[in-house]
Amino acid sequence: MSHAKNQAERIREISGVNPLKCMKCGKCSATCPAFNEMDIKPHQFVSYVANENIEELVKSDSLWKCLSCFACVERCPRDVKPGKIIDAARQLVVRERGGNYLSADEIPELLDEDTPQQLLVSAYRRYKR
Amino acid sequence: MQRIGVFVCHCGSNIAATVDVKKVVEVIASEPGVVHAEDYQYMCSEAGQEKIAIAVREKKLTGIVVCSCSPRMHEATFRKAAERAGINPYMVEIANIREHCSWIHKDINEATEKAVILARAAVAKVNLNTPLTPGESRVTKRALVIGGGIAGIQTALDIADAGYKVDIVEKTPSIGGRMSQLDKTFPTLDCSACILTPKMVEAAAHENITIYTYSEVEKVSGFVGDFTVDIRKKARFIDADKCTGCGACQEKCPSKKTPSEFNRGLGTRTAIYTPFAQAIPNVPVIDTEACIKFKTGKCGLCQKICAAGAVDYTQKDEIVTEKYGAIVVATGFDTISLDKYDEYAYNQSPDVITSLELERVMNAAGPTHGHLERLSDGKAPKEIVFIQCVGSRCSDDRGKPYCSKICCMYTAKHAMLIRDKYPDVNVTVFYIDVRTPGKNFDEFYRRAVEQYGVNYVKGQVGKVIPQPNGKLLVQGSDLLDNKQILKEADMVVLATAIEPNKDVRKIATMLTASIDTNNFLTEAHAKLRPVESPTAGIFLSGVVQGPKDIPETVSQAGAAAVKVVGLLAKDKLMTNPCTAKADELLCNGCSSCANVCPYGAISYEDTLVNDHGIRETRRIAIVNSALCQGCGACTVACPSGAMDLQGFSNRQILSEVDAICR
Repeated sequence: MSHAKNQAERIREISGVNPLKCMKCGKCSATCPAFNEMDIKPHQFVSYVANENIEELVKSDSLWKCLSCFACVERCPRDVKPGKIIDAARQLVVRERGGNYLSADEIPELLDEDTPQQLLVSAYRRYKR
Repeated sequence: MQRIGVFVCHCGSNIAATVDVKKVVEVIASEPGVVHAEDYQYMCSEAGQEKIAIAVREKKLTGIVVCSCSPRMHEATFRKAAERAGINPYMVEIANIREHCSWIHKDINEATEKAVILARAAVAKVNLNTPLTPGESRVTKRALVIGGGIAGIQTALDIADAGYKVDIVEKTPSIGGRMSQLDKTFPTLDCSACILTPKMVEAAAHENITIYTYSEVEKVSGFVGDFTVDIRKKARFIDADKCTGCGACQEKCPSKKTPSEFNRGLGTRTAIYTPFAQAIPNVPVIDTEACIKFKTGKCGLCQKICAAGAVDYTQKDEIVTEKYGAIVVATGFDTISLDKYDEYAYNQSPDVITSLELERVMNAAGPTHGHLERLSDGKAPKEIVFIQCVGSRCSDDRGKPYCSKICCMYTAKHAMLIRDKYPDVNVTVFYIDVRTPGKNFDEFYRRAVEQYGVNYVKGQVGKVIPQPNGKLLVQGSDLLDNKQILKEADMVVLATAIEPNKDVRKIATMLTASIDTNNFLTEAHAKLRPVESPTAGIFLSGVVQGPKDIPETVSQAGAAAVKVVGLLAKDKLMTNPCTAKADELLCNGCSSCANVCPYGAISYEDTLVNDHGIRETRRIAIVNSALCQGCGACTVACPSGAMDLQGFSNRQILSEVDAICR
């Protein structure tokens, strides 16, 4: 499996999202409060994964502009959940930095000004149970 | 011992690509009773059926097994072929090696093994088959149509014109259905009432048509050709024979605040009302929940002023029982509830409306007398936004997974009509796809864009936010420009998904007609029998079968009528001989079978029985073979094993199981 394909597969796995379910309606981008801040728009997250263009996606500023508000996840009529894709892309980046999984106890001491707040918010959402 | 011929079909590559048909022939040839086995490319073809005839002649076959597609597809074909070859048609069994085997397996070895097992089971059954003869049942030359919209009216008219009696049962106080609520119709823009009301009048005046409005089907029994139906005629509290339809009662009624169902709740109606001016029959009903007389005992104004003396507060519901040969379901549709779509602010703002509500707003007889105005403040809108696919094409639990089919076209119609009548109003349509397959449909949509300047934006709306200044802030995508649009609108119109009428599940249960997960009734065959239910004698007309527009509904209504007429034209129907029968030596008259019989086909008779020389009178179960549908419930319930189903006897089923487990 090529690296790009492998990366796309990992994003599908982490997010649980099947990008082929997308009907390209654009409701995610229509609903996104951070739309104007993003270089790659929410509806494009889905096509980037479908087209296995992960290298571009993980370089995107959008990863750190997304507020993890999950409005796109709530309102997506096809259950595609672009917010989860961007969440997964963020994890991919963090893991590749060697960060891998954190335990909840480790988090407080890692808090500093450079840690993107979005990362913590989505991590807490993910592990809130 | 039978002399059985086994015929294995390739179905082109449908079976042969996944099942080694030669191997099946080879293995099955050595089964007990099998004297002939061969394979052929298309057994259902004339050449294939001829192979059966030749084998019957040459090998003196007494039983036939065809390994092919589902018996629902071709059992009748092969039974007829057997009959022509001189074998009783009930000596034929189908082993379904397509749907149950080749289509669902990938591995050829596994599929072949399963095909052999299925063939072996069919051979084991045929070894115990006995020739059966169908009986005859009569056909009542009268049809019932459930639902009095355009689908039901058209079906009824076509049946009636062919010379048969037909009854329409309509739940609301008037026939007309959804079409009577529409203002104009696409793609020709003729006024809906102008083309519908003549048909309503024609149906009401037709000597072969009886219309029961404000009535519901309450109970259905019987079977194809001979249904018995109880119809509940709800009390109108008006004597329809005396009422002249003058409308004085409605003018004087002091209870005026009930939301009008006909105007989709946008206006109000009185407690005594006809839903709309052209209602048929033009006889009002009294809504007892709104009527002051019924609630407090005081008032009675309508009775006092009725010059014809038609108001009768003591009227009771009435049950009419009638026999029918065929039943057509034409129960139509409604729009889905938008309670789960908070983002569109439908429940927050009166200026966010559904397209069906817009029909009423645009209609001269509607709540605004046809003036396009905001329902909040009555002001003329300058900016209108249409949102497509609201609840359609959704795979979540909020909406429907299907395309509602009519929305693209009616939205183009609305947009065009508004731009035509109010050229200073800007109209924006947010769409995902514009679907216009239909004669003159795409031309119609293009006219909206090119001639009327309707602004189509590719993208969905994310949310509608009511503003303090009374405007609606619409936040949507423009996918072609890769932008997020913020637009202040005065009105937002939602192309709301349609769904089958809520009552259809209850009706389908009464009719034992199958229904899908979206509550559309299932066709007998999606392509080849689209207007028939798999339940014999039940036919489908209009949106109850799937989303469709008026021209399609009218075409389908006619098609359903032809099928009904084809049935009613017969004097007798052949009945299924696979009915239950009690062994009088084993039956102890316990009533277990009668208690489970869904068709009321079992009764008991004191019968003189000769039990191994002992002659005595016993209470024995008797099955009315005309009523029995061969479901087999009684054979399972019978504690003594006396009940058996001809053609599916316990011995036959168990020998099939044995053959599979061998």
